[in-house]
Amino acid sequence: MSEAWAIVLAVGLGTMTIKAAGPVLLGDRPLPSSVQRVVALLAPALLAALVATAAFATTQQLTLDARAAGLAVAAVAIALRAPVLLVVVLAAATAALIRLAGS
Amino acid sequence: MLSRMEPAPPIRFELRRGAVTALPLAVAVGLFGVSFGVLSASSGGMGALPAIVMSASTFAGSAQFAAASIVAGGGGAPAAIAAALLLNTRYLPIGVSVARFLPGGRLRRFAGAQLVVDESWAIASRGEGRFDPHRLVGAGVVLWLAWVGGTIAGVLGGEALGDPAALGLDAAFPALFLALVAPQLGSRPAIVAALLGAAIALALVPFTPPGVPIIAAASAALIGLVRR
Repeated sequence: MSEAWAIVLAVGLGTMTIKAAGPVLLGDRPLPSSVQRVVALLAPALLAALVATAAFATTQQLTLDARAAGLAVAAVAIALRAPVLLVVVLAAATAALIRLAGS
Repeated sequence: MLSRMEPAPPIRFELRRGAVTALPLAVAVGLFGVSFGVLSASSGGMGALPAIVMSASTFAGSAQFAAASIVAGGGGAPAAIAAALLLNTRYLPIGVSVARFLPGGRLRRFAGAQLVVDESWAIASRGEGRFDPHRLVGAGVVLWLAWVGGTIAGVLGGEALGDPAALGLDAAFPALFLALVAPQLGSRPAIVAALLGAAIALALVPFTPPGVPIIAAASAALIGLVRR
């Protein structure tokens, strides 16, 4: 419980600070271009890492289960330009059906 | 009524234009809020009230899902916080890009900056690096209401849903993250950073506590320093 509140407080205050830093402190001075290039690559690097761990890890083990099938279906749906919401629903439904068939 | 006699002032026009443009997106954002609420209220999640407070204060979907997914995976608070904040560092350059268009003193600029999310930023963009602050506020308020309202609905309805794994909700996480990263892979450095990030994370999973692989994957962004 207190751990959850620590996360809420730290992420909330941190995010507010990050969002406001430019408008409040910098005005219209730009960031150095090397910093901009690194920051621009943070989101792809972190999101891809989240894809990998959320699909193939269970605590400290690498696993291959129904989530992988859901991810494969999601990848096809994204390639076919399906809206994000449909992508997520298809992935969840795939995993749920596989588990239903396996149980 | 004065407002009926006079033409709509441009500020109110842009506020409304931002809000109306954001409406279809607000439906999707609201439904993601529902899923964030459901996941947080289910067993192993961070809890109902923290989820609602987080949506209202943090207002950044991918970071909140990242924190929730690390908590659900057994990772500790430091890892969840670090991953969420690293993911939100993109709001630093985004904030800088809108900075000179936000009016008012520091307090008002601070408040306006909080309404910046990927979608409201895109809606406020007028091209060539220019932004309309009123469109930003109109879109931001609508999206904030949808996100927080969705979270509350998910928290309230989530307890009735039962086991999240049986519904495949754990498979929704990687699909969502994949859908979020796909549009960002437009350049070769972005693709390399993504592949490297995923490889670093998977390589570390067996050897580190949950959450640490995600933070270590951030180092993949350092390839931005390589001169081409």
